[in-house]
Amino acid sequence: MQTALYIHFPFCLKKCLYCDFNSLAGSPVKAEAYVDGLLQEMALRAGVLSEPASAPTLYFGGGTPSLMDPKLVGRIIDTAARLYHLASDAEITLEANPGTLSKEKLAEFRSAGVNRLSLGVQAFDDRQLEMLGRVHNASQALAAYGLARDAGFTNISIDLIHSLPGETVDMWGTELRKALALQPEHISAYALTLEEGTPLAEQAATGVVELPAETDAVRQFELTTELLQAAGYEQYEISNFARPGFRSQHNQVYWRRGCYLGFGAGAHSFLREAPHGVRWKNADLPERYLATLAHRTLPEEEMHTLSRREAISEWLFLGLRMLEGVELAEFEDEFGGAVTDLFANELATLTGQGLLLMEGGRLRLSPAALIVSNQVFLRFL
Amino acid sequence: MASENIQIQKIRNFSIIAHIDHGKSTLADRLLEFTGALSDRDKQDQFLDKMDLERERGITIKAQTVRLNYHAADGRDYILNLIDTPGHVDFTYEVSRSLAACEGALLVVDASQGVEAQTLANVYLAMDINLEVFPVLNKIDLPAADPERVRQEIEEIIGIDAHEAVMASAKEGIGTREILEEIVRKIPPPIGDPAKPLKALLFDSWYDQYQGVIILVRIIDGVVKKGDKIQLMSNRKSYEVLKAGVFSPVMVEATSLSAGEVGFLIAGIKDVGDAKVGDTVTLLHNPCAAALTGFKEVKPMVFSGLYPIDTNQYEQLRDALAKLKLNDSSFSYDPETSVALGFGFRCGFLGLLHMEIIQERLEREFNLELITTAPTVVYRVHKISGEVVTIESANMLPPLGEIDYLEEPFILASIHVPNDYVGGVLALCEEKRGVQREIKYLTQTRVMIIYEMPLNEIVLDFYDRLKSITKGYASLDYEHLDYRRSELIRLNILINNEIVDALSLIIHRDKAYYRGRDLVAKMKELIPRQMFEVAIQAAIGSKVIARETVKAMRKDVLAKCYGGDISRKRKLLEKQKEGKKRMKNVGNVELPQEAFLAILKVEG
Repeated sequence: MQTALYIHFPFCLKKCLYCDFNSLAGSPVKAEAYVDGLLQEMALRAGVLSEPASAPTLYFGGGTPSLMDPKLVGRIIDTAARLYHLASDAEITLEANPGTLSKEKLAEFRSAGVNRLSLGVQAFDDRQLEMLGRVHNASQALAAYGLARDAGFTNISIDLIHSLPGETVDMWGTELRKALALQPEHISAYALTLEEGTPLAEQAATGVVELPAETDAVRQFELTTELLQAAGYEQYEISNFARPGFRSQHNQVYWRRGCYLGFGAGAHSFLREAPHGVRWKNADLPERYLATLAHRTLPEEEMHTLSRREAISEWLFLGLRMLEGVELAEFEDEFGGAVTDLFANELATLTGQGLLLMEGGRLRLSPAALIVSNQVFLRFL
Repeated sequence: MASENIQIQKIRNFSIIAHIDHGKSTLADRLLEFTGALSDRDKQDQFLDKMDLERERGITIKAQTVRLNYHAADGRDYILNLIDTPGHVDFTYEVSRSLAACEGALLVVDASQGVEAQTLANVYLAMDINLEVFPVLNKIDLPAADPERVRQEIEEIIGIDAHEAVMASAKEGIGTREILEEIVRKIPPPIGDPAKPLKALLFDSWYDQYQGVIILVRIIDGVVKKGDKIQLMSNRKSYEVLKAGVFSPVMVEATSLSAGEVGFLIAGIKDVGDAKVGDTVTLLHNPCAAALTGFKEVKPMVFSGLYPIDTNQYEQLRDALAKLKLNDSSFSYDPETSVALGFGFRCGFLGLLHMEIIQERLEREFNLELITTAPTVVYRVHKISGEVVTIESANMLPPLGEIDYLEEPFILASIHVPNDYVGGVLALCEEKRGVQREIKYLTQTRVMIIYEMPLNEIVLDFYDRLKSITKGYASLDYEHLDYRRSELIRLNILINNEIVDALSLIIHRDKAYYRGRDLVAKMKELIPRQMFEVAIQAAIGSKVIARETVKAMRKDVLAKCYGGDISRKRKLLEKQKEGKKRMKNVGNVELPQEAFLAILKVEG
């Protein structure tokens, strides 16, 4: 069974002001103890799999996994190789906060087996970085990038956020040009989403900060595509751009409904067990996650066996995020019956509105539909 | 058990008048418990409000009644009949009949909130028929309770002596015995003669699927028992009594019901529409000389279209309406077709609350999703040919060339209001095309304003506006007056250049321009952005008088997929989809329910 692997390291130096993800600053749980638990979870899980796994990718996400001791990273990679047959040429990504990197550490990550870095740059403007509550500044980001190259990383992705409070289209253009000047292999660019309950959302609600007008946000989204494509990057997913050969293998597993096993507090997993797959997540709180493992029990929660209907909608709303879209024949193999019968009215409406394109046995979003893609996905729920 | 043995002197018939939330139902529970009518075992909070909807909204829709046996401080046993009343202007007539079955009423006022408008209308009804009204200050256990202020308020606003008001907390069970004692002491026993021919007031009726129609009666004179042939005097229909009895609080059969008593009769009545509230029940072969005064047929005054959002639910909607009609003869429904909304029904209601209640019951009890069109009244169209037709919607208007003139219904509105608010109320009535009839100072601080008003202004936002202008202190009562010739025109709403028939209105010519302009502005707020621009226009005939545009949706995209958390993405999409549920596709534009009722949100 092919299954991607995800490792969640929930700890941060400081929680960013826009973040509502499972991440913690100042947790009493020590990294060593946490990783011990994590390795135990990997072993327990391997023991209950119905068939041996082989893993094409491994992804360290967080939180801030670059805070980890490279030795611990190495132990996890070795365990993955042993228990999950992590391929020797597997894509092994580590999310890294520029404020946490040093020349030595980068070299150690590399020798531990990490071959792809996802740098959480977010912005090249110090005021913006401060507003987001990031721990690093722009010069640290540039320095970290240089160090990573020096350390021999040949596959680096940069995360950027646009449509930030006070950000104009011109400012975003400058940000993009700064990113391009570094010539990373991959760029993820997202519009800022205000998540309920975060300090930044509160500030926006009370008028302390002001988001750009919709026309400006739309323009920033469009500008991203224009500039990055002109520079030779392919937009292979709504918010992801890569130079040829450097798409994120790991993230594509998500969009294609491939299997993945998530380890660590709050990590998500999906296995394509009959009939339509099963999803679950782990306990969010590290203490509880570890306590469950201490009883040699998997800390899984919210186990959900997908209905055919849910699986179909996922297949569409995930697959269509990829610009290449979905293959209609694959749908028939997977679900029996044709997507064109099941959603005849929806497809007629959406192709009529120019949001969906059907050609060469594939269904995909039109360029104009990317920024309003939810309006398309909603039809398939 | 024989009711002949009951001395009429020991009967007390009373109602509880209270504002929503002021604790009427809880107090009723306490009275039931205290007198042993409700044991802990079968206790269910708020016994009197049977329907879920009633309990949830804290209002009583159908009256209930219950007999309590009370051993008073004077050592004697009394029979107390608690007659519950519905509590809203739409049901004023039903309230008045329930009150007519009583000799007294408790006025329950929240000791922190004070007197509220809705209470007033019912208090005045009670005082009009000379009931003994005594106040109870409830919720005195709350920190915010201010009994002195509220006592004063009762005296000033209502004009009754509140000096001896009972202090109570129904929630804590404080004051229950005192209230029962006051009922015995203050409320007079009924006056009636068991020897006279039967004369009974029918004050409530409902349909029970096992026993047919159950009627509640107050026996004024005479006696009725199982086997008697009774007659309903308004329609001359006669029935044999199959069961007679009381609720205490469960149904208990009695050998007979005698003058002064309150109870139920089951008499093989099939249609609840035959057992009309306010009717007089007598014996077929020994009738009373004259019916009770005050009977009137209640007719729907407000009409609106109900359409299933999912057209496949049409049959279900029809069946649901038929079921509701079984229990509520005051509403009506007839099939109606709309170009925009498809097949539905034009339904008639007593008023706006009645309309809301029926809609909510349809959605909740029958799992229907409905689109409701704005309420309208019944117009008369005088054709050039001399023919007169009545219409209940703008779409029923004949072609312009056939119309000579239109008439609209007028009502006589009586508004009770503290004198501070007189100016605001007068301005509102004038704005609503009212014709002033009288302004009466009932006391130094209490004013009754009487206006002749077009009903079509009332069914829109009059009541809400009145309440907000007077901070809730005004009470409104109205009666039907007559039809009057009026300069009425049809206002059409166009969505992307197509007339949406379900949005057409009949309005007064003088108001067409402003209403049209405000209406499209309001609709612009209510119609969510679509994938294309949506133009909203108001037009009279072919002349467009207002236009607004809903801009196309520009951006709706989900960002990052954190660590493969697909469930989160799904939830976000599902939440968004939920918001679309109450939308109706009109052409290719999705219109929310609120858009069809936008006219209710327009001032002017």
